[in-house]
Amino acid sequence: MLGQEVKTTDEFVKGLWRENPVFIQVLGLCPALAVSNTAINALTMGLATTFVLLMSAISVSSLRSFIPREARIVSFICIIASFVTVVDYLIQAISFELARSLGAFIALIVVNCLILGRAEAFASKNTLGRSVLDALGMGVGFTVALLWIGVVREILGSGSLFGVALFPDTFQAWTIMVLPSGGFFAMAMWLLLVNWLNERAAEAEKREQEATP
Amino acid sequence: MSDASHWSVFLNAALVNNFVLAYFLGLCPFFGVSARLETAVRMGGAVSFVMLVASVCAYLINLLLDAVNAPYLKIISYILVIASTVQLVEMLMRKLSPTTFRAMGIYLPLITTNCAILGLALFQTNRGYGFTQAIAYALGAGIGFALALVLMAGVREKLDLANVPNLVKGTAAALIVAGILSMGFMGFAGLGR
Amino acid sequence: MNIPGPIQQPPTSAWSMYRAIVGIGAMCALLIVIVYQTTADRIRENQERFLAAAVSQILPAAQTTIAVVQTEDGRLEEAVETPALPVFLGYNADGELVGAVVTAQGMGYQDNIRVLYAYSFELDAIVGFKVLDSKETPGLGDKIEKEPHFLANFEALDATLTPDGDALLHPIVTVKQGQKLQPWQLDGITGATITSEAIGNILNDSANTWAPVLEKNSHAFAIREISEEQ
Repeated sequence: MLGQEVKTTDEFVKGLWRENPVFIQVLGLCPALAVSNTAINALTMGLATTFVLLMSAISVSSLRSFIPREARIVSFICIIASFVTVVDYLIQAISFELARSLGAFIALIVVNCLILGRAEAFASKNTLGRSVLDALGMGVGFTVALLWIGVVREILGSGSLFGVALFPDTFQAWTIMVLPSGGFFAMAMWLLLVNWLNERAAEAEKREQEATP
Repeated sequence: MSDASHWSVFLNAALVNNFVLAYFLGLCPFFGVSARLETAVRMGGAVSFVMLVASVCAYLINLLLDAVNAPYLKIISYILVIASTVQLVEMLMRKLSPTTFRAMGIYLPLITTNCAILGLALFQTNRGYGFTQAIAYALGAGIGFALALVLMAGVREKLDLANVPNLVKGTAAALIVAGILSMGFMGFAGLGR
Repeated sequence: MNIPGPIQQPPTSAWSMYRAIVGIGAMCALLIVIVYQTTADRIRENQERFLAAAVSQILPAAQTTIAVVQTEDGRLEEAVETPALPVFLGYNADGELVGAVVTAQGMGYQDNIRVLYAYSFELDAIVGFKVLDSKETPGLGDKIEKEPHFLANFEALDATLTPDGDALLHPIVTVKQGQKLQPWQLDGITGATITSEAIGNILNDSANTWAPVLEKNSHAFAIREISEEQ
């Protein structure tokens, strides 16, 4: 990666699969499992996190020459906490129902290791443009990952999708899927799938390399 | 002021609604540190201590912010207090037990981003716990967190010696174990009412 | 895991540290305050609209409401600012007192549950019930919000007072589903015992606190002038 010219669009794309925050980097697990019991909660949480990611990336990248090394973490935390407070109030103003169902977990975005991690690893060392793309990529990757987990949990656990009932009343929902255990299992399932796909891709690449001398 | 009894607050936080296994808080260190029993115990201790301090500070901050009518400063105040407490714990540990400090490595400063501690502060203010209830809550949460961590570490150490397929090794196995542990803890429902 | 040590850099001056922390702190504070002020009205409107809709749902006879609080000597007086758990008195179009609406909360299985219930002075009973805030298990505990047989409990849940009017004559208690025999019992939900019992406890505690005070003061608040501005 270092020493090569990294295409600008790659900064965005890498967050979607190759460096997906939830399944590859295994960051930001707390909200991934806690609020993914319905698809709409997962979507809202993903979008809120993307917002905070984006705004903090913009702030940190713009201010990076202004913040001395020793004051890094404290400054990042301050900035992230402010934007989380902002998004908290925005959600309450937009939809009271959503705010109620997400509860304290919006505030917990502040300790999502993903945001601090990206600020420290990327935004504080890169230009504004690249940081924005990185933040968007990670955010979208995070939202998609959350949605995967949320959709599975809602369909299996409540028999609905985004609140719309999918099955007739006789459907026996797997309630365990909307309980905490189900969160762990759903994520394990997807992680296994991702690992398997990555392994196959790595093996295919290896065979290709061995074939061409 | 919530009128839940101290004992039920404590039991609830430790077992019935265990922070890791029911609320999904504190997962990063949970999966990161639970590979070895020894580090798990130390992490559990460190987190419990930080939780206790954070709980008291959250209570006081809440009183102050309500008095000056600035509820919007809660999130930022809590997290700054937590960050400072973790710095304090780091310094203390470096002086008192350098081996532990080195063993914990990067995970000690990561306690700051431990959702469990901020979650503790937020839940406690949302439920309107009084001062002594907050202490009971913090103690219960800390012990519950340590308990989940130690159980997880014990199982993972055993798993390391077992014949686990390559695909499942690591995080996927840990997640499945966590799911089963969580189901087990559901059996505590209704305790202490 | 081998984490490389930090690269040695010239020590930063105290001034650059100071201005960074203070500058960022100030900007953050400004941002938070601006957003708070901008959204505060909208949020309060949302909350009030939600509460008003809930109140009119469980006490349809009420056209107007006033918020009340208890004083230390057990009297009622009109609330100056809305308390955390509001209690309302409802009046019909002629200004007559038709009932009271009380907010109550308590610990359920997963987290705090907040409920709203309507109290009828005529029937000495709870005649309406609505869950405001609940994080109970979807599919199990959340049945308290919608399940018809549970909501049927609140057609007239007995809340008669003792002869001296200081407490409930029969405590409100939850019983197993299908075993309700007395009007002060709550028919529970199978598979959601803890949540059902929590509701019973919440209502019992709240009714014991409020029903006596409401009854004692109902005459003082029986008629209310409907001002034209309403």
